[in-house]
Amino acid sequence: MNTPPPAAAAARPDLAVTIAGIQMQNPVTVASGTFGYGKEYAHLVDLRQLGAITVKGIRLQPWDGNPLPRHVEVPGGMVNAIGLQGPGVAGFIRDYLPFLREVGVPVLVNIWGTSVEEYAEVAERLSDVEGIAGLEVNISCPNVKEGGASFGADPRTVAALVAAVRRRTRLPLIPKLAPNVPNIRPYAQAAAEAGADALSLINTIPAMVINIETRRPVLANKVGGLSGPAIHPVAVKLVWDAAQAVKIPIIAMGGITGPEQAIEFLIAGASAVAVGTATFIDPGTVLRVIAGIEDYLVRHQIQRVRDLTGSLLTT
Amino acid sequence: MHDISAIVHAQHVLNAGYQCLVLDAPAIASMAQPGQFVHLRITGLEPAALRRPFSIYRASDSQLSILYKTVGRGTEQLSRLRPGDTLTAMGPLGNGFPLETHDRWPVLVAGGYGVAPLSFLARRLNRQGMLLVGGRTAADILCTEEFTALGWDVRVATMDGSQGTHGLVTTLLDAWLARPGHPAATFYACGPDGMLRAVAERAQLAGSPAWLSLDKHMVCGVGACLACVQRLRKPDGTTWIARVCRDGPIFEAGEIVWEHPR
Repeated sequence: MNTPPPAAAAARPDLAVTIAGIQMQNPVTVASGTFGYGKEYAHLVDLRQLGAITVKGIRLQPWDGNPLPRHVEVPGGMVNAIGLQGPGVAGFIRDYLPFLREVGVPVLVNIWGTSVEEYAEVAERLSDVEGIAGLEVNISCPNVKEGGASFGADPRTVAALVAAVRRRTRLPLIPKLAPNVPNIRPYAQAAAEAGADALSLINTIPAMVINIETRRPVLANKVGGLSGPAIHPVAVKLVWDAAQAVKIPIIAMGGITGPEQAIEFLIAGASAVAVGTATFIDPGTVLRVIAGIEDYLVRHQIQRVRDLTGSLLTT
Repeated sequence: MHDISAIVHAQHVLNAGYQCLVLDAPAIASMAQPGQFVHLRITGLEPAALRRPFSIYRASDSQLSILYKTVGRGTEQLSRLRPGDTLTAMGPLGNGFPLETHDRWPVLVAGGYGVAPLSFLARRLNRQGMLLVGGRTAADILCTEEFTALGWDVRVATMDGSQGTHGLVTTLLDAWLARPGHPAATFYACGPDGMLRAVAERAQLAGSPAWLSLDKHMVCGVGACLACVQRLRKPDGTTWIARVCRDGPIFEAGEIVWEHPR
């Protein structure tokens, strides 16, 4: 007679997802701008456990960003106006990409520019090198005067930009959409129809803080973008709206502090999530989110994390 | 670098508004160098509250101390922690002061509780020197007896004249520099930006190195977020943008490109 297998050895749930052809071992990455270029957190976080690493925004040339102060703490989060300081494409490829290649998880590079041509050229330059899995196209940064959010402000400019970048690269394109629009659906649809492989949302919400004693803006840039737990319900609503408008997968972000908020995003329709501001407070958040999603799937007897995507019950 | 749970060992009240927090944090304390800092997640603040950076005031094999002033809700909550309470501490972070004085006399310049990392430095330098310390009033002058006990020359200035020389700490520095035949110095300074810049200008005129501890509002503490940046000059004249938390917080005065030229 055969001995039955031990009952306790239940199979672990399958956390793997494929976003825009990018195979991720789990659905959790980090939000651009909150994790540097990966190596800044290498001493505190086992980078090999991440689903992907999303690096800070890159344009063609090095960029200085905004004057200080660049951030201010507010209840439920922070407002920042870093202004996309970065090393430029060549600096990124030379100084940061070799380290990221060694980590061995997919690398998503956030790109931006002040013209359609610059976006396209950045995409083309990054297509020629090894070790980049996809491009997050930043059309929603509120903190630069030119470029950034101005391309994301109208579905037609979104479509034109995505189409132009599409012609210059084979890398998966993941436009990052702005939250401050009356209706996200036409933006999501415009990006998808122009050739986007996935969507990323949300970016920070435009915000302002005033020092009432001096009557001056606290940030040198005057205005910035709100991030942190305060924006999470806003992001859930936008992800839910976008998920119903398009078939391409969504990477959701905004106010994740633990697995619960990440799971909400997945239920709302996201295929993957990104941890942002919470990393500043607890660098271990991203690993805690991965473990917590797995525990949730076990508890709810769900075999594959992709079965959770869009599983919201509304009746 | 570690991110660990640290246990509050003691809270000492110093002068009015100033406290010293002693943490049991061996992993950080045993590695700490003068000028480095810890990034604290303060228990009891709302979960989304950012961490707060503090210069290391003292470190042994098992304990580290910070010296702080209650100025906002973070430090207010910190002051409520009692022995046995825990908080999360990341560190030691940053580069620290160079400990090699190259046969120059160490002259430490402190503004208010900027004296904290300089007290740690004085204990780790291989020679005695001079401390110039300034504050608004006598209550803002801290730790001077520690320097005296180590055999250091201590000089005090207060804005209201309630202790030492009446005026800024730079009054003391100018008086010392004006004295003929003063020895070649290496300056180490921690305090408000205006004081750091005044020290930098005087050090440059004197042809002396000056190591300044910059204080910029930080978020991540590890060089990822780019909130606390400072433009620096390379020897070839080109400039770059350093991260105060990761590349500093200690910079040589000659490297610093001050924001508003005088």
